[in-house]
Amino acid sequence: MDRKSPVVEARNLVKRYGDFLAVDNIDFSVDQGECFGFLGPNGAGKTSTLRMIGCVSPLSGGELLVGGMSVTGDVRAIKAMLGVVPQTENLDPDLTVWQNLMVYARYFDTPRKLALERAEEALEFMQLQDRKGSPIGILSDGMKRRLLIARALINQPRVVILDEPTTGLDPQARHLVWQKLDNLRSQGTSLLLSTHYMEEATRLCDRVVIIFRGKIIARGRPGDLVARYAGEEVLELRLGPGEKPGLAAKIKDLGVASVEVGDTLYLFGGGGEALRGRLGVDAARAVLRPSTLEDVFLLLTGRGLEE
Amino acid sequence: MSFPRVSRRSFRVWQRNRDVFLSLWKAELVPYAIEPLIILSALGFGLGFFIEIDELGGGSYLDFLTPGIIAAYTMFSATFECTYGSYVRMELQRTYEAIIATPVNIEDVITGEILWAATRSLMTAIAIGLVGMALGVVPSPLALLVLPMAFLMGIMFGSIAMLFTSLAPSISTFNYFFTLVVTPLYFFGGVFFPLKGLPDTLARVASFVPMSPAVNIVRALYGGQLHPGLVWDLLYILAIALTFFTLSLVSMRRRLIK
Repeated sequence: MDRKSPVVEARNLVKRYGDFLAVDNIDFSVDQGECFGFLGPNGAGKTSTLRMIGCVSPLSGGELLVGGMSVTGDVRAIKAMLGVVPQTENLDPDLTVWQNLMVYARYFDTPRKLALERAEEALEFMQLQDRKGSPIGILSDGMKRRLLIARALINQPRVVILDEPTTGLDPQARHLVWQKLDNLRSQGTSLLLSTHYMEEATRLCDRVVIIFRGKIIARGRPGDLVARYAGEEVLELRLGPGEKPGLAAKIKDLGVASVEVGDTLYLFGGGGEALRGRLGVDAARAVLRPSTLEDVFLLLTGRGLEE
Repeated sequence: MSFPRVSRRSFRVWQRNRDVFLSLWKAELVPYAIEPLIILSALGFGLGFFIEIDELGGGSYLDFLTPGIIAAYTMFSATFECTYGSYVRMELQRTYEAIIATPVNIEDVITGEILWAATRSLMTAIAIGLVGMALGVVPSPLALLVLPMAFLMGIMFGSIAMLFTSLAPSISTFNYFFTLVVTPLYFFGGVFFPLKGLPDTLARVASFVPMSPAVNIVRALYGGQLHPGLVWDLLYILAIALTFFTLSLVSMRRRLIK
């Protein structure tokens, strides 16, 4: 298989639930071996998109190819090459860690001997070897997430779909998951992940799309997106009461791009210290920091990511 | 709408349930033997004191009751499995969601669940048969055919339960199912007394509840007295089983694949 050929391709993809339009006519294509991120707030359409790719949610419109096959065709062949890490943990609580892997391998018709090898490998890879016999109930959240990833690897998938893989994890557990996902990608596995953590997307993704209200509103490499939309630095101003109207006029005169969220004003396009001085805002209430993907999102949607 | 696509992969789901059962067998096995022992000895000996049966060749009430209890408990085993058991796996444990991410589809999952329910019905029938024998109920050799029948009844009762589960908004809804479906089937399906003892209208209605043909067949096989009417009973069971099995597949897809 050509490394650069698309492993997932969507054209005019639509998902409707009754009257609600969850995914509104989106296009994207994911190359073999890349990590591709779907960014957006809760309810933006990320999970709906991933579920369609996973062949567990029928399309309302458009076309979707996975591994060159249409998801309206031979679904079993597509699912055989996918690994899925769901947003809500769904390990089998009636089984032990080891049984979870072995029983899951059976769903793929993996021969027992091969399944034994792969289960060992997956446990070792996710650093869970000493948990083999544990029931699921006693595992920490971080271990459960790692086991979910191990389980998703049991069929040696070409594509791993991860729906918010680190939501709810503490920083240590999160970094371990990131490191493992990095390793996976460097072995040539394609990763499709959804997240509302911009830091996660920046760390892991080769390319991202930002989804908002079912539409893709920006796409590209994380660094390029930041440079294109938010520039190098952002000036954050904590506004005092009554300060807003005066500042708004000055900002308009200067022609600086800005977004207001709560009592904080974000100013883009550089200018830094000098800009603060010209606006006459006290240094104690201003922060100058490097721009991030979060700022791109702010600028494009006029709102924060996490409500 | 095309007919639901079931494949041999439903066996994978059956295996999953078997593995869970085997790792919990100590907790599962005891009630299997104790409950029928209580029922058969209390009702068979206790209630049987008042009852004389002329028509069945003068056998005891326990002889009459045992095949009825076997039919009834194929219902209870399959029903518990496909109501509370399936609902918990579907909604609380999200086991179905995990499985359908693999090449196993939702129809395979539901089929595997129902086949497992039928397996439990079979195990229950064996347990009650053994308890009955220990209490002195000696069946005819034809009673070996009760085994495949118990499995078939498990499919029928499991499918009926699964259809209800596919429509259940919450786990407490099962109270309705047990009160309005399971209990009438248990008491008006001819398990404890012949239907002809009932008032005419009630007897006619009762002959159509799916427990009645099941009880007829098990009782006939137990006593070794076959008659042509059993063919209708068997066809009736097959028709109900196939209808509810198909409906449960369609309804479950509708519930879970959105």
